[in-house]
Amino acid sequence: MTEAKPAPVLTAKGLAFGYGAHTVQHDVTFTVAPKSIFAIMGGSGCGKSTLMKVMVGLLRPSEGALLVGEEDYWAATQDRRAEVGRGFGVVFQSGALWSSMSAEDNVALPLRMFTDLDEASILALARLKLSLVGLDAAGSVMPADLSGGMRKRVGIARALALDPAILFLDEPSAGLDPISARRLDDLIVALRDGFGVTVVLVSHELPSLMAICDDGIFLDADSGVPIAFGAPKDLRETCEHPTVRAFMHRERLEPLE
Amino acid sequence: MASTRHAPHMITMAESAPSREWTLRDAASPANGGRVVVLSGDWIARDGVAPLPDLAGVSAISYDAADLGAWDSALLVFVLAIRERARADDITPDETGLPPAVAQLLSLTAAPSALPVPPETAGLAAHVGRSTIALWTEALEVMTLLGESLLRGWAAIRGRARMRGVDLLVCLHEAGVAALPIVTIVNLLVGGILAFVGAVQLRKFGADIYIANLVGVAMTREMAALMTAIVMSGRTGGAYAAHIATMQGNEEIDALRAIGIPVHDYLILPRILALTAMMPLLCLYGAAVGILGGFAVSVSMLNLSPEAFIEQTRQSVTGGEILFGLLKSVTFGLLIAIAGCRSGIKAKRSAADVGKAATTAVVIGIVGVIALDAVFAICANALDF
Repeated sequence: MTEAKPAPVLTAKGLAFGYGAHTVQHDVTFTVAPKSIFAIMGGSGCGKSTLMKVMVGLLRPSEGALLVGEEDYWAATQDRRAEVGRGFGVVFQSGALWSSMSAEDNVALPLRMFTDLDEASILALARLKLSLVGLDAAGSVMPADLSGGMRKRVGIARALALDPAILFLDEPSAGLDPISARRLDDLIVALRDGFGVTVVLVSHELPSLMAICDDGIFLDADSGVPIAFGAPKDLRETCEHPTVRAFMHRERLEPLE
Repeated sequence: MASTRHAPHMITMAESAPSREWTLRDAASPANGGRVVVLSGDWIARDGVAPLPDLAGVSAISYDAADLGAWDSALLVFVLAIRERARADDITPDETGLPPAVAQLLSLTAAPSALPVPPETAGLAAHVGRSTIALWTEALEVMTLLGESLLRGWAAIRGRARMRGVDLLVCLHEAGVAALPIVTIVNLLVGGILAFVGAVQLRKFGADIYIANLVGVAMTREMAALMTAIVMSGRTGGAYAAHIATMQGNEEIDALRAIGIPVHDYLILPRILALTAMMPLLCLYGAAVGILGGFAVSVSMLNLSPEAFIEQTRQSVTGGEILFGLLKSVTFGLLIAIAGCRSGIKAKRSAADVGKAATTAVVIGIVGVIALDAVFAICANALDF
């Protein structure tokens, strides 16, 4: 706490976003510190995944700015956004593997598209990424023949293909058993510690949030604005907002008077 | 916290960073044969993976990473490759000189991975055997589907199938009214073309008037059924396959099965009934439109009188010809619907499989229809019909 805070890798300033005329969230302002694991929390339908879409370049916000480093991401040209986006690794909820390619080709495709590496290096890197997620034997397996958890891990390996500076994960542990979810949490922490990558994850899995996240934002569906900021374990102890309390302690939310 | 060191390339980092480099130095211990791999510069995967040092005859390997800059997977691949090389010489490299994060990441790769081993490649005999078994199984499946369709179809007619009436109506609309425009265009043009083709030959014998017979008989007996079937195979058969294959991919079919809704009654039956019922109607309509096309061409461009054309058509087109065409179209409809539904149900769960299912449905539909038509032609010839 004594030394100056490092410059944030992501800064959201008054973001508003939604679909068509319908605004899901507005006045979303936060910063993500380098090498942190940042959680986007909230109940179902509050706009968590939509916020992540804004951050990875899939949905233009209707208001506000998103700074990547110091650069205004959405003000940049499409080409520049694509270039910046190569520093992002995105893991989708179901893995979203390309079903016509083997696991290894899924990981190798970004390397083939965006680097000038020779085939041997690409394969070595792809195999490394697969072995980091514990699936080095799965290289030639097609996505349809993998289990849900394995697909998710191949998705992480693919997101790591270009050694991203920021890793985005949408509901990483949704649909996994507690043991696999725990293993995935450990993997995320190890990747953060090892590669020094910044992690932004969308989640409502309390155990994961408590265990690994060191900062976060809590979106509220009813008011359409963020209602709490900070590490999930601190919010659990200190936040007095009834929705956050209900969420963190799995309480029944009493209707407001 | 030194943020430039041991950070993967930041997005804004210039490309001019000094690139990866290694040198070898003799180790202090053991006295002979030990080597220290000295790492320096930035090891970034995008700039390439470093070639391995020559470590032949080395008795121990260790690292010195004091001058190492930023690094990412490139370093991990390098360290793993040296491990692999050293294992051949029964050496375990001493990796304590590397940054602690490297060891942490490499420990992830050491975790055993349990996985279904992909099936080993089989020999020719096994390949032929498997294909034969697959073909036989498939034939049985299709026969089952056909039999089930007939049985359940009969039940449906008596109102005993678990099929929603609204589904049948939607399918009837899709395979009927919605197909009228394309069936109209194709048959109208085919009728016109037949008139032209006939005119070229018949005119040589001064037998122009028989153009009407040619168009009438060809359309009712052959072309209307065939052309409509080909159009419907591409249009509706392909749609059935794609729809059911996508449902397969979304686990919608599993959901139906789990709830206990018979997939056959619910999904397949309305489609087969609809197409089988609509095909003869479309075929009849197509024949009429085809004759109209022939009429238009003959009267406007080939100088036939309208009365003569109508009279010739009336004489040549008999109820038998029309019935024969309708009988064929019913079987074509059944074949196209079964090909479409079967390839849809058989599809696996990926996006590519939806494309494959649609292709299979259309190819089997068209080839099957033409082959079946040939069988009808041979039978009709044998029966002198």
